[in-house]
Amino acid sequence: MSKHPFNEAHIIHELKHFLPAQQALKDFIHHNTLHAFQHMKFYDAIFKASKIFGFQVHLQLPEYRDMYTTGRIRKDILQMVISNKKDNTVVAEWIEKLISKEYNTINQPRIGELRKNWKDVYHLDLDNKVHPLLFRVLCAFLDQGIAIDSFPVVNQSFIDSIKEMEQNSFVSFFKTKQIKQKFLSGHYSIPELLKTIVGKEEYYEQYLFDQQFAHHGWSGFISAVEDNPQTLLDRKQITLKELLEFELLMELDALNHALGNKWQPLTTHVTVPPLDLFADVPKTELAEVIELWQDAFEWSYYDSVLKGILVSNEKRNSQFRVDTEQYSSTNADTSLQAIFCIDEREDSIRRHIEAVDKKAETFGAPGFFGVEFYFQQEGGKFYDKLCPAPVTPKYLIKESDAKSIREEELIYTKYTHGILSGFVLSIIFGFWAFVKKIQLLFHPKMSPAISNAYGHMDKHSLLTIENKSTSDIENGLQIGYTLDEMATRGEGFLRGIGLVNNFAPIVYFVAHGSSSANNPHHGAHDCGACSGRPGATNARVQSFILNHKRVRTILALKGIVIPDSTQFIGSMHDTAADVWNYYDEDVLSPENAKQHLINIQNFETALNLNAKERSRRFASINTKLELEQVRKAIHSRSVSLFEPRPELGHGTNTLAIIGRRQTSKGLFLDRRAFLNSYDYTTDPDGAILTAVMRPIGLVCGGINLEYYFSRVDNIKMGAGTKLPHNVMGLFGVANSSDGDLRPGLPWQMIEVHDPVRLLVIVEHQPDIVLKAINSSTEVFEWYKNEWVHMVALHPEEQQFYYFKDGVFTKYNPITDAGEIKTIHNMEEFLEGAKEMETNHIVHATEENLPVYLLD
Amino acid sequence: MNQLLILFIAVPLLAFLATLLWQNKSEKAIGKIVRFTKVFNILMTLSFFTWWLINGLEPIGFKVATLYETDRFVFAIQLYYDEITAVFSIVGSLLFFLVATFSKYYMHRDEGYKRFFNTILLFAVAYNFIILAGNFETLFIGWEIKGICSFILIAFYRNRYLPVKNAFKAVTNYRISDVALMLAMWMMHHLTHRNINFSQLEEAKDIAIAANQTSMAIFIVCMIILPATIKSAQFPFTSWLPRAMEGPTASSAIFYGSVSVHIGVFLLLRTHPFWEDMLWAKIAIIVIGATTAIVATLIARVQPTVKTQIAYSSAAQIGLMFIEVAVGFHWLVLIHFAGNAFLRTYQLLVSPSVLNYLVHHQYFHYVLPTQKTVSKLKASFYMLSIKEWNLDSMMFTYLWSPFKWLGKKLQFLESKVFIGMLTIAGLTLTVFGYTSRTSILTIGEVLPVVLMSIALAVILFAFAYRRSALKAWIYLLSAHFFIIAAVLFNTEHINLIEIIFYTSGVILAFSLGYYCLQKIKTVDNDISLNRFHGYIYEQNTTGFLFLVSAMGMLGFPLTAAFIGIDVLFTYVHSNQFVLIILMALCFVFIELSAFRILLRIFFGPHKKQYHPVAYRST
Repeated sequence: MSKHPFNEAHIIHELKHFLPAQQALKDFIHHNTLHAFQHMKFYDAIFKASKIFGFQVHLQLPEYRDMYTTGRIRKDILQMVISNKKDNTVVAEWIEKLISKEYNTINQPRIGELRKNWKDVYHLDLDNKVHPLLFRVLCAFLDQGIAIDSFPVVNQSFIDSIKEMEQNSFVSFFKTKQIKQKFLSGHYSIPELLKTIVGKEEYYEQYLFDQQFAHHGWSGFISAVEDNPQTLLDRKQITLKELLEFELLMELDALNHALGNKWQPLTTHVTVPPLDLFADVPKTELAEVIELWQDAFEWSYYDSVLKGILVSNEKRNSQFRVDTEQYSSTNADTSLQAIFCIDEREDSIRRHIEAVDKKAETFGAPGFFGVEFYFQQEGGKFYDKLCPAPVTPKYLIKESDAKSIREEELIYTKYTHGILSGFVLSIIFGFWAFVKKIQLLFHPKMSPAISNAYGHMDKHSLLTIENKSTSDIENGLQIGYTLDEMATRGEGFLRGIGLVNNFAPIVYFVAHGSSSANNPHHGAHDCGACSGRPGATNARVQSFILNHKRVRTILALKGIVIPDSTQFIGSMHDTAADVWNYYDEDVLSPENAKQHLINIQNFETALNLNAKERSRRFASINTKLELEQVRKAIHSRSVSLFEPRPELGHGTNTLAIIGRRQTSKGLFLDRRAFLNSYDYTTDPDGAILTAVMRPIGLVCGGINLEYYFSRVDNIKMGAGTKLPHNVMGLFGVANSSDGDLRPGLPWQMIEVHDPVRLLVIVEHQPDIVLKAINSSTEVFEWYKNEWVHMVALHPEEQQFYYFKDGVFTKYNPITDAGEIKTIHNMEEFLEGAKEMETNHIVHATEENLPVYLLD
Repeated sequence: MNQLLILFIAVPLLAFLATLLWQNKSEKAIGKIVRFTKVFNILMTLSFFTWWLINGLEPIGFKVATLYETDRFVFAIQLYYDEITAVFSIVGSLLFFLVATFSKYYMHRDEGYKRFFNTILLFAVAYNFIILAGNFETLFIGWEIKGICSFILIAFYRNRYLPVKNAFKAVTNYRISDVALMLAMWMMHHLTHRNINFSQLEEAKDIAIAANQTSMAIFIVCMIILPATIKSAQFPFTSWLPRAMEGPTASSAIFYGSVSVHIGVFLLLRTHPFWEDMLWAKIAIIVIGATTAIVATLIARVQPTVKTQIAYSSAAQIGLMFIEVAVGFHWLVLIHFAGNAFLRTYQLLVSPSVLNYLVHHQYFHYVLPTQKTVSKLKASFYMLSIKEWNLDSMMFTYLWSPFKWLGKKLQFLESKVFIGMLTIAGLTLTVFGYTSRTSILTIGEVLPVVLMSIALAVILFAFAYRRSALKAWIYLLSAHFFIIAAVLFNTEHINLIEIIFYTSGVILAFSLGYYCLQKIKTVDNDISLNRFHGYIYEQNTTGFLFLVSAMGMLGFPLTAAFIGIDVLFTYVHSNQFVLIILMALCFVFIELSAFRILLRIFFGPHKKQYHPVAYRST
């Protein structure tokens, strides 16, 4: 890398590529933490990233070994993995290595090697001199509204703003006059500064990487703001280049101030040649050992799931034969259909609905329900994007006639920070705050301070879904969809999930959102397919479209006949509070309205059961309590300010099943599976499958890998424990006042997670699946490079095919059918489930239940 | 009824000791003990208050025990209860109750769950010691324990760099306040020649006036204002407070938002009878308070992070309380204290919500900013406030750098032979000093100063020393001998038992610390002090033992050395300013050196990266 002359633009581009890409926390979009390495095979990529940046990229060796001892990693699977990956003859030899050989597991990363010479040569802690003020200036500039006096210069770029301040002030951010003058004159450039500070050109790149990765949180955020300025409501103009310039100037300033003229460029003292940060990392035996352990860990679960699918299918088929002999028709009397997000947290509620109402049918689809648009809440000054992050919608849907009034929370008034107003308020408010505290501890309830999933849209408001005239445009966005646009979206959506006939009287769209208190990461609990926001609007919009008479006429022409008696209803499930609210219920026919009331009763029972199932992981709730009491406790968690785990988010996600509901219906998957409905019988050539598979890697794989990496290295790639977090400028969190921003997920979200890659199971013929995932290189990369596993379930053969090195080969689960137990009584089963003793990985994984058959 | 006051201290202390017996995962058991204590604390506080109310609001004193007594020195644990105690104890117990309840859920499954509640309980002990103290000695016990609790909670996430750095920053400030209090006690002793209770402060004042010893009184008042200023994060010591917000939000709330940071106000209220007639003292306090109120408010207004904003706002309000104390509005102070403590605790506890709330607010109320001309004054104040008025760097440059520089200049002291010689010399001098000092007392005042200077030099050497932790530790021991020798040569009569108090404690602490460091050395040959080793990650118990030994080494109320040090001070005469300053500096830097060893060897990012290790900047 150092062979070429220094190319500033190229290096900035490289830095941006490797820095964390997390945007402002208000809309949390999950992504692969090591996205920069995604062009490589998974294991090569993670070991390389580890060597460069010092990340821990897998569990620690003793942790794998402990899990082997507890049986969480199965011996037969380990043997299978070794014989597949190595050879049959060396199994014993490798097992010996895996279990007992001593390895030096200390990782010496490449990053930081050059810059540490400041300390070694000059005993100067340069970071200590530069970072605190640098972070504070950046935070003050980007601040969205914590400071009472915001940054005085607005609407200018970062460097220009600082320049204006420096020109205008008796005080300077620089300690030496000389550098202040240099800054004001503008006569500097990155290469020139580097020449003074670093010296030899071949070290520049290494120096800049060292420097920026010494605070990858701030650098990454600035890079993200540069690329997506809309991530901040109060937009700021800042670029990574400006940060580099300013930081180099501050370094020069600190060096001059601390050492006067008694210093020379860093590389005058460095004898080691520049390090190629991105040089290949030779594969070690330890790496091979880790690969085998990780594969064995993953397949110990996968294999039993695959076996479970086969067993349950077999069981259902034999039952089905009996049933068809007894009844002439089974499908005609479906009581209701409910379409959920593919989100793995909805696995359990779907299961409970189906258990409570045997005639209910559920579906899963990405939670934006096929309608992409910007949404503007009434009175809102901004648009919210309600579709997957990479999509840029052309439509705007506006809310009007909202009935509820947004409340304010007095305690956040800025007057408590004044001298005299603070004096008055600390006396008056202080005692009121005491009462509030008692209330929040002993009687938690919803308040404006709490993030409310239902706060994004008023229950009774109107939406501009149907476009009145194509000239009705606001800020370049068309307001609402035209009739044809609605029909296209309606048809596309229904075909995607294979719901093209046998419509039930009421079809529910069930979006999801999450209410939580005191949680800067609340966005990470909302719907990933809606750019980290609650998806209620999407549910309403798609319901409106499919209820639309003229849309139905068009759909009928295309072969999708929706009976007049069928009605669609939008609704939303609060995954933290286990509350389910419905929209536009007044459109229901009297008959359906009656049925709706019955359905609600069933849904409530299902929610109770769902709450009970979730409660087994919450130490503060006794799972054995009455259903209603558990439900109440779950609800109160979501509004408790003292509760750092209102829900566990996507923790434990492992599977993505794309197929008919019957492939997964007979299984207890412990809320670990993304479930995307897809009916191969309606799609013989795989055209629909191509569209269905497009977001799976990005959304499900992105979530899975973010959890994976935040789990294995919560300190460098995750955000650490959230208990000491300090909210910075309303866009991020950091530890303490002088700390780096902390991207990634906090400890409380990932502690139950088993760090295994996603297994995607698609119900179709392997060649069709291959065609579908090979439709674009971005999609294919996920599978080809093994960032997610892929298995095709051949529907006719009932045979699994595993995708490896570009081809599908047969895979036969080795788990014995008898090992998969059956749940006879769900409540008893949940009450008896084991709770983790500590959150150490070995204990935590024991809480994640194996696959069970449902009775 | 008076003896019931002991329960305020005894119950949390017993609870603290009890929680030590459990493992981290036994959350239920620890939770039960804490629940019992917090409820008991409230009931006790309220019922005692009611009883006191009915009995006519008269101040109550109660002597618990006399730990040591000679004809010239008394060390007694004395308790005292008046309206100031009443308010502080009620507010304290309510907040303790709230924060402990909050934390029970908040801290669930944290790897430091047990440590957190241990510390919170110990803090309750310290707090009650302080507010119930009937004399300086008793108050001082609480003062020191509170400092340690504070340190443990700031460095709660001890394998990251910043918490460790900021904990040390707080400790350096605290240590000055500790030593200042020691000096206040020392001078009070010389002024009154007896053990003064807080109820007798007016008498002490009268003695000073009668004996025409205003300079002594001035010294005492200065040594009271200084620790109050430091502990309440007043100007120019404010910058440690926002940096102390490193622990779990709940601990920041109770410590730095509320009860702990108001303890300086308490000290001023408690000692008010002594300085109420001194106009200059009142002016000084008003100036400190007013400056803090203005400066901290200016800084708070530009803070872009939520916890630092609350920290500075709280400091500003405490500044106002200083003014209120000085002008004598004591009931107002008490109300203001309660209100501010409740408010800031609440604001800190709900601080993570600010992101959701204010972003939402912005969503509905955002107005595109328009550029107004930035006046020179505004720009200057803004930038100055972003730089926190240089308070942090000033502390470092003017307070610590000179000593560090001096320590570095003294690095010639390093040699294997020298360290042995030094220790032997110190020991010999100690023995010799005890047996035959009278014969050479003619040298007069010079010898003690020389010996004390050697002690300080050795300590500063250890303070700046970069190589072996073990050596630095031994140097600290030898410094102790020189301190004793200096004191011995300064007096004609000394009780052997006092020396034994002192040395027994120090030697015990030294041996324990030596054992710990040796143990680390067997694991890792490199125990240098120029980097963080983070050994607590794999040597948890050793780290804890070394913390105990470091506390023992500086005369923390763990061993008899605590009394020993207090007694030794009395042998320095009130006019020996050089000697007392040297001695004070010795006690400041012994602690800092010992804690530096603790932090470098056991705290900070673990040096072996076979597991995730935090980046420095996090």
